[in-house]
Amino acid sequence: MTRRIVIDPITRLEGHGKIDIQLDSKGQVARAFFQVPDFKGFEKFCEGRAAEEMPTLTQKICGVCPTAHHIASVKALDALFNVAPPEAAKKIRELMHTAFIYEDHLLHFFYLGGPDLLVDTGGKGLGRNIFGVIGKLGEKVGKQVIEIRKRVRGLNILISGSPLYPVCGLPGGVSKPVSEKERTGIKEIAADALRFARQCLDIFEKEVLSDPEFSNLMHSDAFSLRTYYMGMVDEKNCVSFYDGEIRIVDPEGAEFEKFVAKDYINHLEERVDTWSYMKTLYLKNVGWHGLRDGKKNGLYRVGPLARLNAAEGMATPLAQQEYERMVDASGGKPFHSTLAYHWARLIEVLFAAERMNEIACDETLTDSRIRTMPAQSPNEGVGICEAPRGTLIHHYETDKRAIIQKLNLLVATQNNAAAISLSVEKAARAFIKAGKVSDGVLNRIEMAYRAYDPCMACATH
Amino acid sequence: MSDKPKIALYWCSSCGGCEESVIDLSESLLELNTRAEIVFWPVALDARRKDLEALGSGEIDVSLINGAIRLEEQAHMARLLRQKSKKVVAHGTCAHLGGIVGLGNFHSAQTLLKRAFREVPTVKNADGILPGESTEGSEPAPKLSGLTEKVMALDQMIEVDYTIPGCPPPPELMGEALWALLEGKLPKKGFVFGDRKALCDTCPLRESRPEKIRVKEFRRVHETEWDSEKCFLPQGLICLGPATRGGCGSRCIGANMPCRGCFGPLDSVADHGAAMLSFIASMIDGDREDTIRRITDTIPDPGGLFYRYSAPCSILGGKNRTKP
Repeated sequence: MTRRIVIDPITRLEGHGKIDIQLDSKGQVARAFFQVPDFKGFEKFCEGRAAEEMPTLTQKICGVCPTAHHIASVKALDALFNVAPPEAAKKIRELMHTAFIYEDHLLHFFYLGGPDLLVDTGGKGLGRNIFGVIGKLGEKVGKQVIEIRKRVRGLNILISGSPLYPVCGLPGGVSKPVSEKERTGIKEIAADALRFARQCLDIFEKEVLSDPEFSNLMHSDAFSLRTYYMGMVDEKNCVSFYDGEIRIVDPEGAEFEKFVAKDYINHLEERVDTWSYMKTLYLKNVGWHGLRDGKKNGLYRVGPLARLNAAEGMATPLAQQEYERMVDASGGKPFHSTLAYHWARLIEVLFAAERMNEIACDETLTDSRIRTMPAQSPNEGVGICEAPRGTLIHHYETDKRAIIQKLNLLVATQNNAAAISLSVEKAARAFIKAGKVSDGVLNRIEMAYRAYDPCMACATH
Repeated sequence: MSDKPKIALYWCSSCGGCEESVIDLSESLLELNTRAEIVFWPVALDARRKDLEALGSGEIDVSLINGAIRLEEQAHMARLLRQKSKKVVAHGTCAHLGGIVGLGNFHSAQTLLKRAFREVPTVKNADGILPGESTEGSEPAPKLSGLTEKVMALDQMIEVDYTIPGCPPPPELMGEALWALLEGKLPKKGFVFGDRKALCDTCPLRESRPEKIRVKEFRRVHETEWDSEKCFLPQGLICLGPATRGGCGSRCIGANMPCRGCFGPLDSVADHGAAMLSFIASMIDGDREDTIRRITDTIPDPGGLFYRYSAPCSILGGKNRTKP
């Protein structure tokens, strides 16, 4: 090794990270490391805490995807106490979770990863951000983004107490019903959210997909990995965020495994590196054979593109149309392009908006029965949901007093740990030639992880 | 060169929620970018550490730092920002009191690592390696910052001028604090934004709280159906409202759930958990030792409940006032 290039800190993502690229004597990339310098210890310091506090405690792993933790946690509590929430409570939870995924995906497209696609800085750094995006798309669109996120987050204040950290989840239900008056307001927000979701896909078509440079990059080997994909599906194998089974497809798109929450341990395994606090998940039944893609290695991906690849379609009509368009453009599933995560994310925005509308229009949302009281002594429970960034698993064991004895958390970005590392290394090899780097080249390398919308606080917890 | 005030926003051991509290300024975020020059903000801007290092001493007018100190590298970044900044604000509960990550102080750093990297049922780690261990002789991997011995609040590591409390601070409070700081309306050193009164005093359920509360047992939310129109405390449900600074907008109460204390203690109080415990003691309906014990035994995990957000700043220990 003769030279190192360090990007410190990496930016426009949630949490801490560095990229350390090592060049050989000819200036070619020998290795590239994606390092996460952060660790908190939730799996230890939550021991001894009261189980019912877990939804508000574990969600502090992440201030960007807290609602997903709240949902996975409260579902783990349902399983722990063996209690089924009434229909209205399930709908309230799903509405809250779906609304959250909607606004969180928009955060990524307009504030975090999207600026890479929307702002042409001529390779110079500081314009690639939300302010640059507003400069490019105009103040009107900028204010629409801000406004719709604010209103959708307002919807979650109504349901759950806070735009950020919900507190309403209880084993067997939620703490607060939705009134008919509130439902009227929710319907208006959901309708506007749907209009804006369609507009986002128009923006993506006009500003991104029709740009030949993006199209070339999207279909390039530099941004492609042939991996397994994992995501939650409903009974028709359509993408589901709140409830369902976990489906894994192989790099050719054939179903490899399908499992329910409590069986996760038979399918997933994680490994440790000394140079990062992020553990790497891989498919237990394929095994870990090093940092490479392909059918013989257990490296897999989660999150928007992976969900669309692991499913057979979308559960709502407009999202299904957009899904089919993407599949056509990809030349057939699975779509292996990492940059297609951006596209898949906006299709999920549309799905989330349609689903919010369906739930808001359902009169049973306002049923006053929102809790089933736990009657059984607790023991063990696993809860799974889809976080914006991928499959999220909470597993608790308690004593009879419902005091946490052990917990295990497999958090969305952890599933993508190996894929992120490999994507970064591949991009580094493709774009660094003879040791020459510029701001534009380094940003291309950063685009390789930003497409995943990684959350490092989650990945290390 | 811009003559606008320079600000920096940084995160130490945090969840990203405090960044969201800035993004949740909504339209006002655009105003912030007009009125100030944001020189460093990793969640949103592409400035690097070397850009920060290149700034002169005191060149940043205000730095908002969120998150506790859990890694050596975070301690280094906090010191660097202190040197570059005229004023430093502890932004959010973790910087203010240590926060949830501060619960890690009930264990050694090594114990936390062992659980996550050796013991959880999904991990396969036959050699028992831990992050941060020497990698000499193997691949030329980058060095990894180690953990600090204890989690620290920001003022246990560097001098802090002001605090914006809350997990996360509500956007209204963020706006109020930011505009005051940018307009040079500086409060006195050590000022904590938010109310001067307890949450209880402005709680929408205040009217239903009796003058004297007496309970024969404490109850837990998962096993209790409570009256959502009435104060939690006389119903036996622990709410940290009496000992916690107001200013959050009663957001948990609004969702029919009790306060867990993220705004921290009132001005005159050093130990948030002890203040709440003293209130709880006044609620116990009994004089005999065995009665008192029976009632207090109905509180599960008092350490984790009363010190949920403030363990590093508490008399329980974990206090590490060694300054650099």
